[in-house]
Amino acid sequence: MPSAKSKDKDRTPAWLVRWLEPLVLLFPAGVWLVLLLVLPTLIIFELSFVPGIRPGDLVIPSGLGNYLRIFEPLTLLVIGRSLLFAIGTTVFCLLLGFPVAYWLGVIAPKRWQNLLLLAFVLPLWTSSLLRSYAWISILRPTGVLNSLLASVGLPSLDLLNQMPAVLIGMTYSLLPYMVLILYASLEKLDRRLLEAAADLGATPAQTFWWVTVPQVLPGLAASSLLVFINALGDFVNPELLGGPSSMTAARLIYNKFLGATPDWGMGSAMSTMLIVMVTLSIALLIKYGDRRATDL
Amino acid sequence: MAALPESQPIDRPKHFVWQMWFSVLMFGFMYLPIFVLGFYSFNDAPNSATWAGFTLRWYSKFFQDDRILNALFDSLKVAFSAVAISAVLGTLMAVGLARYRFPGKRLYQNVTYLPLIIPDIAIAVSTLVFLAAVSIPLSLGTIVAAHVVFCLAYVALIVSTRIGNLNPYLEEAALDLGANPFQAFILVLLPELAPAIISGCLLAFVLSMDDFLIASFTAGGGTNTLPMEIFSRLRTQVKPDMNALSVVLMVASGVVAIVSETIRYRGEQKRIRH
Repeated sequence: MPSAKSKDKDRTPAWLVRWLEPLVLLFPAGVWLVLLLVLPTLIIFELSFVPGIRPGDLVIPSGLGNYLRIFEPLTLLVIGRSLLFAIGTTVFCLLLGFPVAYWLGVIAPKRWQNLLLLAFVLPLWTSSLLRSYAWISILRPTGVLNSLLASVGLPSLDLLNQMPAVLIGMTYSLLPYMVLILYASLEKLDRRLLEAAADLGATPAQTFWWVTVPQVLPGLAASSLLVFINALGDFVNPELLGGPSSMTAARLIYNKFLGATPDWGMGSAMSTMLIVMVTLSIALLIKYGDRRATDL
Repeated sequence: MAALPESQPIDRPKHFVWQMWFSVLMFGFMYLPIFVLGFYSFNDAPNSATWAGFTLRWYSKFFQDDRILNALFDSLKVAFSAVAISAVLGTLMAVGLARYRFPGKRLYQNVTYLPLIIPDIAIAVSTLVFLAAVSIPLSLGTIVAAHVVFCLAYVALIVSTRIGNLNPYLEEAALDLGANPFQAFILVLLPELAPAIISGCLLAFVLSMDDFLIASFTAGGGTNTLPMEIFSRLRTQVKPDMNALSVVLMVASGVVAIVSETIRYRGEQKRIRH
C-alpha cells in the first residue's frame, strides 16, 4: 500500500488507542454480562433470603427460612433425585460412550474418523424438546417399544412417566457430549505406549487399565463433569418423560416461578443451591482432578 | 461404516472388534428417535405404531398451522437478532481477552464461562427476577437480551480457540506496514477469524432456536417462540403434525450443522496449509 505512509499523520494518537481499543473490545460484552448475568444472579441470591415472596412484594431479606425449607424431607427428596439422575446419567454415558469414542478415535479408519464423529453427534443439533417427544412416542404404552415387544410375544414395559424414561432421555441427550470430549482425548493417545506394553507382555486388560486409562483420565474427568452438571440442571427430560413422580430441582424451581403457587424466595434459594452444587463439582475437579482436565 | 479399506495398517488393531459392533448399536440408539419421528410423520394413522399407509397430510397441516408458523417466525427473529449482536460482542471480547493483560482479567474470563456452566433454569429465573426488579416489560426484546448472554459466550469460546492457533505476527506486520489498528483488525484479523465466527454463530443460532427455558421466562404475554409452542402442545396432547414439524426442523438443523462443520473443517485445512 503506497498511500499508507502518508496516512501516518492522521493516525489516532497513541494514548487514545491504548485506552480506546481495550474499551471498545471488552466493555460492551462485559456490560452485557454484568447486567444480564452477574447482577441477576446476585439478585436471586438476595431474594433467597426473603421468605415466601410473590411477584410485586416488597423485598426485605429476613433470614435463612428458605434455606431451612430446603432441608425439609420432601425438598431433600427432590434434590436427592436430581443427584441420582445426574450420577446415573454420567455412569450410563461413560459406559456407553467410552467404547464408541475408543472405536472412533483409536480403531476406526483414520479418514473416516471425522465424518463418523460428525454423524454421531448430528442428532445433538436437533430440537431437544422434539427428541424427548420422540422418546415419548417410543416408550408410551402403545408406542414403538411395546409394539415390538408384543410382536415377539414379550410382556409390555411401562417405562414412560417413570424414572427409567428420564434416565434414557438424559443419557440420549448427553451421550454425544461424552463421546466428543472422550474422542478428543483418545485420539491423542500415544499408541507406541500401547505397543510397548503389549511387547512387554501385558494382557489387553492390563494395557487398558494401566496405560490407556491414565492417559485419558483428564478427558474422562472433564466429560463426566460436563454430563453431570448438564444432567443436574436438566428440565426438559424429567418434565416430559418423568411424569409427576420424577420431580427434580430444575422442575421445582420452574414451578416456584411459573407454577400455580409462585414462591420466588424458595425458588431463588433452590436456584442458588443448584449453582452452588455445580460450582462445587467444578471446584472439586480443579482441586483433586488433573489440571489438564479443566483446559478442555 | 461398512466401507472399510482393503489393506489395514500394521500399527492398528483389527477393525472388526466388539467396539465396532457396539458403536454400530449406539449409532442406532442415536438415530432411533429420529427415524421414529420420520416414520410417524408419513404414517396415515395418528397415534399408532402400526403402518397405515403413506401420507403427506401432516406436512400440509403443519404448513397451514398459523400458530406454529408465527412461533417459528418469532423464534427466527429472536435467533437472528441475538446471533447478530453476539457475533459482534463475542468477537470483540475474544480479541480483547487475547490481546490485553489487565487487573481482573481472570475474573472477566470466568464470568464469560458462566453461561456455559450455570444451568439454564438458574439463568432463566435470574433474568426474570432482574427484569422484574428494574421493571422492564417482557417482550421479544427481552428474550433477545437474555439469549445474547449465552450466544455471546459460545461465539467468544470458539473465536478464542481460533485466535490461540493464529500467527500473532500477522497483525503486527500489518501495523508495521502502515495500517491503522482499525484497518489491521478489519482487513487482516477478521478474515482469519471468519470461519470461527461463522461456526460460532451457527452453533449459537441453533442453541437460540432450541431454547425453551430462558425464552419462557423472559417472553412477554403476546410472544411465543417455537419451543414454547411445541412445549405447550406436548403438554396437552400428542399431535401427529408435531412429527412433520420435527422432520422439517431436523432437516433444517442438520443442514446448518453440516454447513458449520464444513466451514470449520475448511478453515482448519487452510490454516494447516499456511
